[in-house]
Amino acid sequence: MLKVTSESLLWLMLALPFLGSLLSSILPARKRNTAGILAGVVMLLASVVAIGLYSSISEGSVVRSRIPWLPSLGLEIVLRLDGLSWLFAALVLVVGFLVVVYSRYYMSPEDPVPRFFAYLLAFAGSMVGLVLSGNLIQLVFFWELTSLFSFLLIGYWYHNERARSGARMALIVTATGGLCLLAGVMLLGKIAGSYDLDAVFLAADRIRQSELYLPALGLILIGAFTKSAQFPFHFWLPHAMAAPTPVSAYLHSATLVKAGIFLLIRFWPVLAGTEAWFATVTTVGLCTLILGAWVAIFQQDLKGLLAYSTISHLGLITLLLGLNSPLATVAAIFHTLNHATFKASLFMAVGIIDHETGTRDIRKLSGLARYMPITATLAVIAAGAMAGVPLLNGFLSKEMFLAEALDLHRESFAGRTLPFLATLALAFSVLYSVRFIHQSFFGPPPQDLPREPQEAPRWMRMPIEVLVVACLVVGMVPALTVAPLLGAAAYSVLGPNTPSYSLAIWHGFNAPLVLSLLALLLGALGYVLFGKRLNRQDGTPLVGVFKGRRAFETVLSLLIRGARRTMEFVGTRRLQPQLRVLVLAACFAGLLPFLRYGYQGGTKVGTPLDPAFALIWLVGGICAVAAAWTAKYHRFAALILMAGAGLVSCVSFVWLSSPDLALTQLLVETVTTLLLLLGLRWLPARSRDLWPGSRTPWRVRFRRGGDVTLALAAGSGIALLSYAIMTREMPNSISRYFVEHSYPDGGGRNVVNVILVDFRGFDTLGEMTVLAIVALTVFALLRRFRPAPESVRSPEQQRLQDASDDAREGRERGDTLADYLLVPRTIMEWLFPAIIVLAFYLLMRGHDLPGGGFAAGVTMSIALILQYLASGTRRVEDRLRVHPLRWMGSGLLLAVVTGLGAWWFDYPFLTSWFRYVDLPLLGEVPLATALLFDIGVFLLVIGAIALILVAIAHQSIRTTRRRPEPPLAVKSGEEEA
Amino acid sequence: MEAVLALGIGVFTAAGVWLILRPRTFQVIIGLSLISYAVNLFIYAAGRLKVDAPPLVGTVNPDPALFDDPLPQALVLTAIVISFAMTALLLVVLLASRGLTGTDHVDGDEGE
Repeated sequence: MLKVTSESLLWLMLALPFLGSLLSSILPARKRNTAGILAGVVMLLASVVAIGLYSSISEGSVVRSRIPWLPSLGLEIVLRLDGLSWLFAALVLVVGFLVVVYSRYYMSPEDPVPRFFAYLLAFAGSMVGLVLSGNLIQLVFFWELTSLFSFLLIGYWYHNERARSGARMALIVTATGGLCLLAGVMLLGKIAGSYDLDAVFLAADRIRQSELYLPALGLILIGAFTKSAQFPFHFWLPHAMAAPTPVSAYLHSATLVKAGIFLLIRFWPVLAGTEAWFATVTTVGLCTLILGAWVAIFQQDLKGLLAYSTISHLGLITLLLGLNSPLATVAAIFHTLNHATFKASLFMAVGIIDHETGTRDIRKLSGLARYMPITATLAVIAAGAMAGVPLLNGFLSKEMFLAEALDLHRESFAGRTLPFLATLALAFSVLYSVRFIHQSFFGPPPQDLPREPQEAPRWMRMPIEVLVVACLVVGMVPALTVAPLLGAAAYSVLGPNTPSYSLAIWHGFNAPLVLSLLALLLGALGYVLFGKRLNRQDGTPLVGVFKGRRAFETVLSLLIRGARRTMEFVGTRRLQPQLRVLVLAACFAGLLPFLRYGYQGGTKVGTPLDPAFALIWLVGGICAVAAAWTAKYHRFAALILMAGAGLVSCVSFVWLSSPDLALTQLLVETVTTLLLLLGLRWLPARSRDLWPGSRTPWRVRFRRGGDVTLALAAGSGIALLSYAIMTREMPNSISRYFVEHSYPDGGGRNVVNVILVDFRGFDTLGEMTVLAIVALTVFALLRRFRPAPESVRSPEQQRLQDASDDAREGRERGDTLADYLLVPRTIMEWLFPAIIVLAFYLLMRGHDLPGGGFAAGVTMSIALILQYLASGTRRVEDRLRVHPLRWMGSGLLLAVVTGLGAWWFDYPFLTSWFRYVDLPLLGEVPLATALLFDIGVFLLVIGAIALILVAIAHQSIRTTRRRPEPPLAVKSGEEEA
Repeated sequence: MEAVLALGIGVFTAAGVWLILRPRTFQVIIGLSLISYAVNLFIYAAGRLKVDAPPLVGTVNPDPALFDDPLPQALVLTAIVISFAMTALLLVVLLASRGLTGTDHVDGDEGE
């Protein structure tokens, strides 16, 4: 039984949403209620876990849990819970739960609701992962996950073009920011010497003094600003309103946009406190605050209004964080919390209005309070909090903000104007809040609504009720409710520098209060004076001409056009130029070290030259050059010459003490030649000479000359390189270890084989798998293969023989062929058992003497192919059943199971075991699990090679079969047409 | 021996490179096979040359200096098998391309 610790609870809190997402994603699309209940339960459980964890951090302590992943690279998975991350995690999960309840009633039964909840849960999980990250790289990973899942959520109604483009825009902007963030945290990690968050905190002073501070700061800020929709990256947020309203309520109140704020607060102790931070962050925050509030006034869509209001409030929080003051940071955290509660409830209220009336157009709405009194009351309170009305939570953080703005004793333009600008922005905020409430809920009854408005169902209102109660309680008795949570969060950021502050409603009749009242008055006055005119306003005065979207699209299309131009300029779809570049680059790379250090041969005493060896290589060289010469027009000759070159390399292997290689090369050479022979038939007839005689164009001659030069350069380069290597002494390598430990540890005397099946068994397993995949690919390609029409007829020789058989009495088609192949056929058939014995011999002795699974497997497949050659495909398959797929499957399985067997005895994967056993008659016999592994290799190689060759051989029967003829009796799986 | 082998590797490579730069698929296959011979020999040669010293060790304390380097041998052994697989795959791809496009030009059309 797992002991319940804070650490395991952390993991549970992170895992629950993802598990729920996985479960929800496999539900059928119509299971709306099941998905809703599942998501609700998951969110509730995770919230309970989060709340339960409060006691472990309330005293300013930190809960950490780490799993080393790649410790050598500083990559660990670290979960770290402190006051700040607790606050955000709880916010994400509790608001998440409320949004799930709301969505259950909001989403239409026609939508695939389980998918919606799967995205939502995964998004919540990513947010929790982000705030819990104790490692910078991990933080960026979850950051990108939130971008990805928010993309899916915004584009949930993907049949809607606006949803698609809004989602795409959000993804491009936030993911680009994410890349900048990654670069930024890497710089940060480089300065701090570790990616661990605690280490970064400790290195705060070093980071601020570093030369890399400015680039790191810039990159991280771009990440935070894009995510939190700060000017000039704010334009994506209004377009993301095409999402279902619960998504907006979640993403734009408590989660996605708050991720950027979280990042700023998280890195506040490390990055803040400098002039650069102050200048950038306050400027951006102030611009966003005023711009967002101004634009919000002129919105006619309720969600648009809330979107710009969100931008404006995010700007306010950013501005606070930029002030470099601990108290302002407390205010920022507090306002983050307050904004999440009132904005989520407002979005949900707008969702109800939309749901019940069918429109969100502020000009059409009017007097809804009489149809939906409860919703109206809730919305009024929430909007009051947004406007900063006393006794509501928004008021408290706003007072703190104004106090900080006044407190900025700087003899600068910014210092003197900030209080006025802040008051102005707050007045705007009051104006749009009043407009929202008055237009929708008050006034005469609405006309021409798409639907008859009515009160929302009880459970759809419940989440708003909870949030509004929170607004009220926090606003009235802050000290009893939010103060400890805020205190813990502030302490985790500011540590011992945490300022003393009091969360009271009444601080006396002071300057902030005056400004606050002034803002309320101005806002209300503004609505009274201009309220009606706003309804006739189209677009936003002053800033309406600057369209973020247009700029974004221009940049995007420029990028795409540039990429296409570049592709046209440097790219080609022709193979030859690409290969030329590749070879040239390889030659150049090989040349570089010699350019630097010069070329000279080594001092090692060479091996004395045997004239026979030189003679063999003379033949080999002639073969290679002749193969190159003839490959165009004389394919068969080229094939045989190539095999000759292969044989020469095989002889060299024997000569130079590598019998295993020679054996394998010889066998593989045979199979390759066979394979190409089988393929020759499907190639087109010899093409006519394009330029007969000497009339070859100069262009072509020039190209060929270039290729010859390139080939000679590559050849002489590699010859010189290998000569330089061979004439130097061998440095110490791991080979020494292999030779010394082969017998004592691997139980085999053939070191090469022991390396393959024991020391590097895992590599061999990988290579076997590659072989299996290639065989299956060949098989799959050939199933779809349609040969060129002119190759479909039987070859001329076969037609002549068939004609002669037809002409004579008492003979059947194929008899002539059978007659003249009689002797070879008999030999090949008789050789069948002999080759099988040879294969087994090679297999069994492989551990001590040249041989082994590869060689034995190829031998065995040659035995099979010889039968096909001797008797023809049909006759062989009448008598013999080959199931290459089963051979391959069992080979792979045996190898893996042998490897897994080591686990049974508590050893690492693929550890081998051996004993020498005294058997009666046979004497001492080595028994090693490595042999089982080698048998796996053996089976797989037989299967793969047989599958490839038989699949190609089958092409002939397939194509000569006439259409009406009934299908051939299926002998083995792969004969299917 | 070293010089002869080095020359041989060079000739194989040159012939192979010339062939893979040709326009016909069959030339490319032959070229790739020649290059894989050359590369296998090259990797093998990196373990230096020894005559009459196959890495078949005795049962007591073998002296590594007396045996040919087994490591490049193990590398090349699997490389041989993989190069067969590559040739097979390439052959089938070119047959399919020839069936689809009606030509054995590497680009699937005669061009020019």
